Amino acid sequence: MSHDDFLFLIEVATGGLLSGVMYALVAIGFVLIYKTSGVLNFAQGSMVLFAALTFVSLVERGVPFVLALIVTAAVMTALGFAIERAVLRPLANRSPMTLFMATLGLSYIIEGAAQIIWGTGVHRLDLGISNAPFEVAGVFISTFDLVAAAIAGVMVAVLTAFFRWTRTGLAFRAVADDQFAALAVGLRLDRIWATVWAAAGIVALVAGLLWGARLGVQFSLSLIVLKALPVLVLGGFDSVLGAIVAGLLIGATEKLAEVYLGPFVGGGIEGWFAYAVALVVLLVRPSGLFGQKIVERF
Amino acid sequence: MSILADTQAAPVQITTRALSLLILLVLAFVAVPAFAPAYAVEAIFLPFLALSLAGVGLNLLTGYGGQVSLGSAAFMAVGAFAAYNFNLRLPGLPLPVTILLAAVTAAGVGLVFGLPSLRLRGFYLAVSTLAAQFFVGWALTRFGWFSNHSASGIISAPHMSFLGFSLDGTVGRYLLALTLVTLITLLVWAITTSPFGTNLIAVRDNETAARVVGIPVLQTKLIAFALSSAIIGVAGVLWAFTYLRTVEPAGFDLDRSFDVLFIIIIGGLATIRGAFLGAALIVAFPLILSRFGALVLGGVIDSGVQELVQRIILGLLIILILILEPNGLAAILDRLSRWVSRVK
Repeated sequence: MSHDDFLFLIEVATGGLLSGVMYALVAIGFVLIYKTSGVLNFAQGSMVLFAALTFVSLVERGVPFVLALIVTAAVMTALGFAIERAVLRPLANRSPMTLFMATLGLSYIIEGAAQIIWGTGVHRLDLGISNAPFEVAGVFISTFDLVAAAIAGVMVAVLTAFFRWTRTGLAFRAVADDQFAALAVGLRLDRIWATVWAAAGIVALVAGLLWGARLGVQFSLSLIVLKALPVLVLGGFDSVLGAIVAGLLIGATEKLAEVYLGPFVGGGIEGWFAYAVALVVLLVRPSGLFGQKIVERF
Repeated sequence: MSILADTQAAPVQITTRALSLLILLVLAFVAVPAFAPAYAVEAIFLPFLALSLAGVGLNLLTGYGGQVSLGSAAFMAVGAFAAYNFNLRLPGLPLPVTILLAAVTAAGVGLVFGLPSLRLRGFYLAVSTLAAQFFVGWALTRFGWFSNHSASGIISAPHMSFLGFSLDGTVGRYLLALTLVTLITLLVWAITTSPFGTNLIAVRDNETAARVVGIPVLQTKLIAFALSSAIIGVAGVLWAFTYLRTVEPAGFDLDRSFDVLFIIIIGGLATIRGAFLGAALIVAFPLILSRFGALVLGGVIDSGVQELVQRIILGLLIILILILEPNGLAAILDRLSRWVSRVK
């Protein structure tokens, strides 16, 4: 392998790692909800779409950047509370699979509503982050990807601190640990779930802005849920750290496979390769990299 | 569970049920081809039959077996493309053999993608079935051999005939689909009431207990995956050959998988009639809604918005049914028939 080939390999791997961070960003929203309520929220992708679409439409209508951010965050919070009231509360104590199906229905509703309210067009989203690559020791790295990774890092730090040091975070952990015990000591499960869904909505906003800036804000944004799922399976549904590590792993292997393996099978393997990686790892470790040992949840 | 309740029902109820089934079959085999307009058969009955069969197949795996699959459309695609290729590459193969081979192919592919079920459960398994969805879709578009190197990737379904009778007309295709659906549904009914069916339910309800009493859990799961995939594969043949009349990967996307899942949730898990009720709703619902929309709004809204409204209402419907009647339309039908018999 010549020096140039080696640099190219590093460049591909770095690009993969950075896009893995973007996958992890979406996956964290799932983890938040799964951890506290045991629900695999398929609607997370449509929440990403809804948040990005709301934000970009506000900005296009002349609302200042920061105000649009605040308004969208408020909308996502309201959405989280509304979902808890209208969907989760009537379905309390039902099997996790029933709740998953309900989130499938929810994703249809949110996707449809987002596009009826804001139209089906493609919107350009400019966050003012340069997309110009810069060079480090002969390897080109995209500035945007690096900034996105930094934002993801900050978010994980904030979430971790929140879970560890705040009263609400403690309540979250209590509910995640044992719902009945949490209820017994007087925690309000409905409020906690509403808060978690609101938090997942904010995470969806961050993911939506970064993904939207990269791909344009449009319907296909909700399909990144399909990119996040193998990351979740690999990292464990209930581990924030797992989501990050699995995101990096899948991002890197996916890019490497696309470049070095793709040409032999005709390309286009990114649709299923991540799933294959996740499955192979799971055959060895059924609980994922960082998931709790008990995989069965229903 | 409702399946156990079914077998313990009073003999009187069983005979009325058998009688109503008989009337239904006579109506379906005689009255529909004789009186239903061709467009109704094309637009309602053919997709209904194909999706019902897919629902019956998935229900065997998910409803009775408790293994959730999000990849049904992939197995439909395998069935459709297998039937197309067997028909193309082995000229003169009788139609029933072609369909049987397609079912066997789908069963084989189902077996491979069912392997993770031996180690994964619940959501981990559900997500890994998505691998089937994306891999099959990719393979069918990427390798031209599957579609006989057709430039557009869309191929028209071949002519179908049985014992010298052409089945290409609307009625011919309808009768073919109806016969297959009837036979396979009876087969599935026999399976669910057989010892294997009981094993399957035991694995669903408590895997550890099932293992303790000596049920071969792994074998039961794999057979369920293979059987379910074979049935869904035949449903794919019906979908492509009798309804769409074209074979293309795009007809079997993730939305189709979700449709099949919705059918068994809305209809009722672990019931056979549920699959039919759910399929009827999924097929009729967009038609009714577009008629209703045109009537009330008089073409004010364009078709794009209408599609979105349809999506929203479908989503609402799913959530409502989950909240109000967890056992689906089948349970509503049971309540209705009990109410009717009380009134009598």
